[in-house]
Amino acid sequence: MTYVAQTPEQIRGLIAKAKRWDVIFVALGIIALGIGLLTFVALFLDMLIDGWARLRPEFFTQFPSRRAGQAGILSAWVGTTLVMLVTAAVAVPLGVAAGVYLEEYAPKNWVTDIIEINITNLAGVPSIVYGLLALGLFVYAFGLGQSIRTAGLTLALLILPVVIVATREAIRSIPGMIREGAYAVGATKWQTTKDHIIPYSLPGILTGVIIGMSRAIGETAPIITIGALTFIAFLPPSPVSMDFPFLSFEWLKAPFTVMPIQMFNWTSRPDEAFHANAAAAGTILVFMTLAMNGLAIWLRYRLRKNIKW
Amino acid sequence: MVTAMEARTQTTTHATMLGSARSGAIAPAVSDAPSPPLKAESRNLSFHYGKFQALKSISMPVHEYQVTALIGPSGCGKSTFLRCFNRMNDTVAGARVTGTIAIDGKDIHDPGLDVVLLRAQVGMVFQKPNPFPKSIFENVAYGPRLHGMTRSNADLDQIVESSLRRAGLWEEVKDRLDAPGTGLSGGQQQRLCIARAIAVSPAVILMDEPCSALDPIATGIIENLITELSRNYTIVIVTHNMQQAARVADRTAFFHLGNLVEVGPTADVFTKPKETRTEDYITGRFG
Repeated sequence: MTYVAQTPEQIRGLIAKAKRWDVIFVALGIIALGIGLLTFVALFLDMLIDGWARLRPEFFTQFPSRRAGQAGILSAWVGTTLVMLVTAAVAVPLGVAAGVYLEEYAPKNWVTDIIEINITNLAGVPSIVYGLLALGLFVYAFGLGQSIRTAGLTLALLILPVVIVATREAIRSIPGMIREGAYAVGATKWQTTKDHIIPYSLPGILTGVIIGMSRAIGETAPIITIGALTFIAFLPPSPVSMDFPFLSFEWLKAPFTVMPIQMFNWTSRPDEAFHANAAAAGTILVFMTLAMNGLAIWLRYRLRKNIKW
Repeated sequence: MVTAMEARTQTTTHATMLGSARSGAIAPAVSDAPSPPLKAESRNLSFHYGKFQALKSISMPVHEYQVTALIGPSGCGKSTFLRCFNRMNDTVAGARVTGTIAIDGKDIHDPGLDVVLLRAQVGMVFQKPNPFPKSIFENVAYGPRLHGMTRSNADLDQIVESSLRRAGLWEEVKDRLDAPGTGLSGGQQQRLCIARAIAVSPAVILMDEPCSALDPIATGIIENLITELSRNYTIVIVTHNMQQAARVADRTAFFHLGNLVEVGPTADVFTKPKETRTEDYITGRFG
């Protein structure tokens, strides 16, 4: 093999050519980003403008109504909030525990390999399938009814794979020598997990939880499948009361509706005025998701401040 | 008190020494000095990673309050051997140990022995400094807290201070104990890890190439510290750096391909090795 002799001019030409590609790639990147952002902004603005007239305080405090002008999202946003609470309360402990077990405790063999593949696949299963499973299992077999707890459990199942995968990824990013450092001063496996592995992976786990929750908050199909109401003019029983024992879990058994179903219901009405309601509800749903993400980013920032690699 | 087993080993140790003195009548003073008491001892220790045998029937003493260096080319098994002393290899999948390691005459593989207690007694410092991403104070306080070694916060403060002092780090960090341990320089981090290890007051400290990630100045500081620490602790150190072994170790063991080729007082191993393989390695002919 021989080297091709090149004059300084030829080398300069090559460099210039390479630099042109740099510029072209940056331009392509900006265009791609622009298309994505513009589409979202256009859709969101369109929705905001359509629903603007309905975004008044009463919109949040009124139940749905036959008259579009008096209809509100009270039962929907309360329902969504409560369902999300149940979802998080179930999916986070289960998902984190499963992820920690798979990463820290489970032996690495073909059984865990199969489990791993299946979990990844579960994350891609269409949500309607979860809805059918929940209808058969939670509603009929367990008799939990068409209630907030059924919806919460269904969505928890739906986002469980996301939480597990995120937990495992976060744990994997912790250097092995941190574990050895803990073992070397006489920490047991559980102490190492509790004092080091979980705290250091918490920011990453949180990201996964929020990605999952953001998916769950917009889910409609599985909630319709388990039989959420589309028109509901009362709230679930309050979780706190003035009488002993002050806490009540009756709300878990209550029928409910959620934001996406309320929107779906309104968009299917022939009356144009209801479409404005749907647009307004959509805008609020977007803000609910944003608020959740914001909370996650803030929490992650707070947690990371205490962990300096 | 010297147990029967210890007495037996001491005889063999002396025999080895006599053997090493064979090459000349002017044996160095070290060889003639009586061996300090035995702290730990491996007997016929073999170690397998799956089908690969990393250690082949290693029998070797470790004397109390001495620095024992393990040298040898990469992959010779010296780190594996070191990690047998606190059973750090337990966490490795497919690892299998035969033979025994006794510390203070007690077999560390005894099913009745708690590995957590063993590790409190046998501290370890790693190749790359691995402080926890927590404050300097928390790094040192972690071990004592785990083992419930203190009754009050004042006691804990005292343990942290004395550990940092012994690790020669106190003066540099006393005003910023709340600062993250990972914000220190490499050499300081390694001394923090040493402080973390001695905070649980172990009897033996294992060091796995503790200076390989450090610059010469930080290395010098750690080496002085090792000599200093050997007054109160029994130290076993793996090193790639033969000058380092010569500088800090009382005794040196040379490993090659999973075999213990030679072990003896450092001066003997370096100046008149019994085995040609040792000589070849030390003079730089391979490795």
